[in-house]
Amino acid sequence: MIQALFQEKLQVLNIGLSSFVDSITRTGGSVLQIEWAPPAEGQPEVGRALARLVNLLSVETANQTAFDAYQSAQPVLSGVGIAGKALPNMGERMILHGGPPIHWKDMCGPMKGAIIGAILYEGWAENLAKAEAMASGGDVAFEPCHHHNAVGPMAGIISPSMPVWMVTNTTDGNQAFCNFNEGLGKALRFGANGPDVITRLKWMGQILAPALRAGVEVLGGVDLKPMMAQALHMGDEVHNRNAAASALFLKRLISALLKTRTPSADVAAVVDFIAGNDHFFLNLSMAACKAMLDAAHGIPGSSMVTAMARNGVEFGIRVSGTGNTWFTAPAPIVHGLFFPGYTTADAAPDLGDSAITETAGVGGFAMAASPAIVKFVGGTPQDAIDNTLAMTHITVGRNNAFTLPALNFAGSPAGIDIRKVVDTGIQPIINTGIAHREAGIGQIGAGITRAPLACFTQAVSALAHSIGDSQ
Amino acid sequence: MARATKIIRNFYRDSVSLMQLSSTFGKLPGVEQASAVMASANNISLLQEAGLLTEPVEASANDLLIALQGEADALESALAEAESSLKQPSASSTANEQSRGISPRSIEMGLANLVGANLALISTPGEYAAAEAFKALRLGLNVMLFSDNVDLKDEIALKRFAQERDLIVMGPDCGTAIINGIPLAFANIVRRGTIGVVGASGTGLQQVTCLIDRWGGGISQAIGTGGHDLHRDVGGISMLQGLKALAADPCTSVIVLISKPPSPEVAGKVLETASSAGKAVVVNFLGADPDRVRRENIYPAVTLEDASAAAVALADGRTPEARTTRVTSPSITPLVSGQQYVRGLYSGGTFCYEASLLLKKELGQINSNTPVEPGDRLSDVWTSRKHTVIDLGDDLFTRGRPHPMIDHRLRNERLIKEASDPEVAVILLDVVLGYGSHPDPAAELVPAIQNARDLAAKAGRRLAVVGFVCGTAADPQNLSKQETALRDVGVILAESNAQAVRMAASVALEAGVGGRS
Repeated sequence: MIQALFQEKLQVLNIGLSSFVDSITRTGGSVLQIEWAPPAEGQPEVGRALARLVNLLSVETANQTAFDAYQSAQPVLSGVGIAGKALPNMGERMILHGGPPIHWKDMCGPMKGAIIGAILYEGWAENLAKAEAMASGGDVAFEPCHHHNAVGPMAGIISPSMPVWMVTNTTDGNQAFCNFNEGLGKALRFGANGPDVITRLKWMGQILAPALRAGVEVLGGVDLKPMMAQALHMGDEVHNRNAAASALFLKRLISALLKTRTPSADVAAVVDFIAGNDHFFLNLSMAACKAMLDAAHGIPGSSMVTAMARNGVEFGIRVSGTGNTWFTAPAPIVHGLFFPGYTTADAAPDLGDSAITETAGVGGFAMAASPAIVKFVGGTPQDAIDNTLAMTHITVGRNNAFTLPALNFAGSPAGIDIRKVVDTGIQPIINTGIAHREAGIGQIGAGITRAPLACFTQAVSALAHSIGDSQ
Repeated sequence: MARATKIIRNFYRDSVSLMQLSSTFGKLPGVEQASAVMASANNISLLQEAGLLTEPVEASANDLLIALQGEADALESALAEAESSLKQPSASSTANEQSRGISPRSIEMGLANLVGANLALISTPGEYAAAEAFKALRLGLNVMLFSDNVDLKDEIALKRFAQERDLIVMGPDCGTAIINGIPLAFANIVRRGTIGVVGASGTGLQQVTCLIDRWGGGISQAIGTGGHDLHRDVGGISMLQGLKALAADPCTSVIVLISKPPSPEVAGKVLETASSAGKAVVVNFLGADPDRVRRENIYPAVTLEDASAAAVALADGRTPEARTTRVTSPSITPLVSGQQYVRGLYSGGTFCYEASLLLKKELGQINSNTPVEPGDRLSDVWTSRKHTVIDLGDDLFTRGRPHPMIDHRLRNERLIKEASDPEVAVILLDVVLGYGSHPDPAAELVPAIQNARDLAAKAGRRLAVVGFVCGTAADPQNLSKQETALRDVGVILAESNAQAVRMAASVALEAGVGGRS
């Protein structure tokens, strides 16, 4: 009975003409003006699809299920494997890449360069020209890392004989994988494929991987979530700043390494390698995030995003309730600061699977924990806090394991809800490195970007379609 | 191309700050490329590769190195500026200021800020309005949908959806409402009281609430339904909801229903519900036969004015009396032979329709852009014919310009045109006050009325201007101030539309008699 309204104080949300606020405030009513703009990039049909999904019980329930699965996941570093054996459905002549699916001819420079490097590393071809001919000739299958429970930063290249981190979600038993971080400068993930790059990859396979495997065994696995949480209290957001997490991991690892039979010279080399790379932990962070989000994937009706990834040409997202479909849009250019001698004109569009961290409520979403990061775009610590707070409006909940000191230890906003993104127009924020658009030059800067709205409007249409026209 | 370097000893900045500084220095006048780094061996070699450094430097990793490349004469001052900006105190010392939360961008976000919200007032463009209304309903909010151009199909779906959840959708195309004493959209500030109104017409609601206020009564609630609510396919969902809510409301003693005549089955349902409301219900189905409306507890009213008067009487415990609204035209001197027609220039659609109905009874055929009889439709809405009433708020006139309640230019132009027609005896006008309307309509109208009368006078005619002001003393425009300004320019003012129409008719009738004599 609407008569109940007559017993209450009238409190109005005003959507549209702002002049209507006057009569309400002047006569003692409460009113809040909504900063309204046509949602869904002004597509009325998508706006209608969205309206059918807002506060829909089946979606809310599905999201709670998905979010609980994400929240209760316990990612544990359980071992070091070889991609060809560890990853599900990994073919013999298959190379995995970052982002949504893409054909060789459409790939960006760094990805092509990295694939050529991987072919050389695998020994499938003896020189660059032959490797390129092999890649373009259809002799190698290219698939997204995400199709094999894996993630990789930047070009995200994983070939069969590369070592991979194996992370197990001990709550649900699902596994996620990520390659190793090679360090800054000329690296395969930026498309570099010179002899020094291949040599380092070989060393990583032959010396680093066995040592780490033995070390992880001695440790009996490493709980990654507490380590990430601790790093958030030490100024990392575990995407673009991993200085604390890398140190925490190394601290655990050193004594374990010394208890293995690894030759001391190798231990020293391994420790030097990790200590010299503040991003070493990134790939562990990514695998942990992937393990947590895969647990939330595949809940029918859920509007929670379970992957955001870029291949340097397209930005793609996957949503829990829409299966394995990618919703893609052109990858944006990253705004940020550049190393000496480089500018935006040199930059490749957004690249890599590392936005899995933002999808999991860290990275840009936990920027309040990492004020240093916001300086990439000339911001203040307050901006970092504001960025995190803005993300609370487009997420399903808060991850109580990832608390943020600057927000009075509130949990970081997590579980991007496509409905809220499309309704508010607030785009997920992503902290990221910037690769040179040409292969092999490497990282040329870092900055902040936003996930394109078009991915989310497509996903809303698809989810509404999957649920049907029923109210 | 020149290069310059500067070393600042033992001055540490983290790498992100340094990249930011490099970016800032790169924008200094005359500088092409700039870099600020901690002078580690690695960074020095990077600068050499980038061509910023050609000579060896004596520096350590604890020293900050600035390297610039650009116009020779600009570099020295650029270096000095770079160094001084480095030594400025940090700009982020305002970090403790209150967090700048972002303003709400969606209804759902708004609800997080205004937790007790119970109504969404939606006035977005029509193509987005239904979706916003659905969201509001899904989030448990009642809806007032001011937007027009919403499909009938959407209206039906919205209202059924709302009904299932015990919520109401007022609209689409609902121009006004007063809920719990709060005026919404185009509404007047009226005294609170015990009369509850449900209306399918915005100006109809404004007229009734203002007249009730004028005659000492007060309003408990005024609920708009939008003009299509009593359409057969909608079935009067909102009017029935409003009626039932007012019937159950202890603060309401008398109910008024306003609409154009509904489809017979909807009318039956509404009247049946009204008859069993347990309260007196005054019904004004504009143009309907009172005998077909009359039921137990139902008081039919032919005009908005009648409905208002009946409601005030009933609320006072009196039996409504038939009003003698025949008004003698005070001091309107006879007009020149040939002046015989009424020209109504309305900003309120319902006023225009009511004028057509009343004038028809007295004067016969009334031409209009929104005629009572389809055959009386003007072929050219820009040119009046004989007795004519025009709704200037019709889409035909508002395309690409503001509504005539806000912008009086179109009506003023038409006023001059009518005044120059030698057959015109009387101009009929409505003036609507309240929130949303022009802040001072009299100020806009007075010069145009003066011009119109002067124009007629020059041609030896005498033009009568009859009108009424729909508003209250508490309205921002102030009823008596508006009325005084209009009277001062010779407008004959009535209290209501019905009275004004009858005055105009009597002027025309007298003129007709005079013309014959």
